[in-house]
Amino acid sequence: MALLEVDDLSVTFARRGQRAVHAVDGVSFSVDAGEVVGLVGESGCGKSVTSLAIMGLLPRQPGLRVGGKAVFDGTDLLQLDDRSRRGIRGRDIAMVFQDPLSSLNPVVPIGLQVTEVLTRHRGMKGDAAAKEAARLLDRVGIPDPKRRLKEYPHQLSGGMRQRALIAMAVACQPRLLIADEPTTALDVTIQAQILELLKDLVRDSGTALVMITHDLGVVAGMCDSINVLYGGRVVETARRRPLFREPRHPYTVGLLGSVPRLDVGRGEPLNPIPGSVRDLLPWPDGCAFAPRCTRRVDACVGEPPQLVLAHDGRSYRCVNPAPVPAPREEEKR
Amino acid sequence: MSDSDILVEVRDLKVHFPIKRGVLFDRTVGHVKAVDGVDLSIARGKTYGLVGESGCGKSTLGRALLQLTPPTTGEVSFDGVELTTLPPGKLRAMRKRMQMIFQDPMSSLDPRQNVESILTEGLQTHGIGGNRDERRKIIAETLDKVGLPRWALSRYPHEFSGGQRQRIGIARALVLGPELIVADEPVSALDVSIQAQVINLLDELQDSLGLTYLVIAHDLAVVRHISDTVGVMYLGGLVEEAPSDRLYREPLHPYTRALMSAVPVPDPDVEDHRERILLAGDLPSPANPPSGCRFHTRCPWAQPTRCADERPALREVGGSRVACHWAEQIASGELRPHKVSAEIVRPEGEGEEPGVVSAPSEPGSFV
Repeated sequence: MALLEVDDLSVTFARRGQRAVHAVDGVSFSVDAGEVVGLVGESGCGKSVTSLAIMGLLPRQPGLRVGGKAVFDGTDLLQLDDRSRRGIRGRDIAMVFQDPLSSLNPVVPIGLQVTEVLTRHRGMKGDAAAKEAARLLDRVGIPDPKRRLKEYPHQLSGGMRQRALIAMAVACQPRLLIADEPTTALDVTIQAQILELLKDLVRDSGTALVMITHDLGVVAGMCDSINVLYGGRVVETARRRPLFREPRHPYTVGLLGSVPRLDVGRGEPLNPIPGSVRDLLPWPDGCAFAPRCTRRVDACVGEPPQLVLAHDGRSYRCVNPAPVPAPREEEKR
Repeated sequence: MSDSDILVEVRDLKVHFPIKRGVLFDRTVGHVKAVDGVDLSIARGKTYGLVGESGCGKSTLGRALLQLTPPTTGEVSFDGVELTTLPPGKLRAMRKRMQMIFQDPMSSLDPRQNVESILTEGLQTHGIGGNRDERRKIIAETLDKVGLPRWALSRYPHEFSGGQRQRIGIARALVLGPELIVADEPVSALDVSIQAQVINLLDELQDSLGLTYLVIAHDLAVVRHISDTVGVMYLGGLVEEAPSDRLYREPLHPYTRALMSAVPVPDPDVEDHRERILLAGDLPSPANPPSGCRFHTRCPWAQPTRCADERPALREVGGSRVACHWAEQIASGELRPHKVSAEIVRPEGEGEEPGVVSAPSEPGSFV
């Protein structure tokens, strides 16, 4: 059984006098214990809202509707009351955010922020907690951890802050770690350090990792299975290698064609996806990607495309998928 | 390459920002050496890509080249004219020949000006187009070039998507008919699928108009894709410069190799089998750069001699220019990498706030 089973999750923001926004529109995916799962998509595809909904961190406001199920180890997270949710959050499921400066409290020393988790969930106190906090900082590669404990977030560099945040997230050895664009605000050499650290942690502790990112390169190096999101739905799910070798959904094909690759030379034109993410068809009226799709046929508009299940766990939501093997630039040359 | 082929030549350019402290009297307590002695030349009709991590001085170099930030010392010659000593009036006249594209089109376009007014402003300043109709014609042509519809003229920046806004930014630069365009992170604020559109557009415009580009970006894959020559910067200095393909095939400087190995490639087969050089620690503060080779504190190939006390100059090594004492020995495999432990680096010196530091590049997509 999967560790986390997200089934038909939907998040709607409604406002009086305005059309409701379906930020997440029936997302389903599952995460096995120890697995690294990627949620990939561009801005507005619902990847972050999905993670916030699972964690119960969406701002409580009138007009917010969350539907579907997110079953973690037998309990539906969406049905929990705040108290029991707080018990799970930080202990069994932890999260790392994009911007470490805004997710750390600027007026509290790093040490106190790390020990807070230990006190709350592991009942540690005083010296024992401080010792454990230092061990955690050391584990994530922060030099001279004892001194760092007394320092404030602004005294650390961006990479070190992200490490501190990861230390807090793994303090209770969670079974599931959700990382929302953990390296987007960092430089590439620092990004490489952080990704390596996350890989190590996952390998050593058997923690399952949900990696939310827009960067296909990051996904290619880390994730076991990948979900591509567009317009609030998963449009394609596949294991890592098949997805990159033979993408079936035209959006996945388009994404792969638009990324400039380090190993492809100057002068190769990119194949961008026409239009912008704003050209969205509401899912009930057909495929959301249809207005930008180069493989559009008449059947794309009218009703939403059904999920097609293919072999080895692959599924896609498209009536006219790219043929297999998909033509790719490198192979043509 | 003959001299007439070179459009821009930069010699020993330095930009130092003073760090001031004190309540009544501003004492200068040090300098942030954002750009510290850069030589480069850009060939006419070609693209020079400048790559480096945040804080390496690449944006400051771009701005200093256009005289938007006055250089501390050094020379910048544009088409044979020395810009650093040019009187302000003449410099302004030169500006229509060199334009800039900024990273975030939302903050570089005035939200209260419509597109027509944004595009007309430059034309009026430089007296291009005698009357309103003529200017309208130039603007309409420019819109066609960047692929914006005519109805865009009466709209305001917030009505456009991120990619279209960047097209407005490009149109604003193009409308004056420049020869040189400095593009500072032109695509890093855009979504992946939109990035490709803008990169292709820049390529097409270069082909049809014969533009010369200086593209500044943190993303090595983007830079390699659009540049003929790539310069890699680290802490205010160029550490390597080579033709784009050569840089990828045979990176010579240890920093270039580390940078190259850190860029994720969207291909699992490549990702699983590539050499990884993980750098320890962070970029040292440009207010207090390490002695000798600036990279020696993080360099896996650093040697006990020379690296720490002698700053390497850029020198020719087999078609590339590289600033490393041991480039040949590293390339031949004579020197092996060793482990480096991370040093703590303060985000801004020791608590002091440098006056101006080059705009930090925040990779990421937000539209």
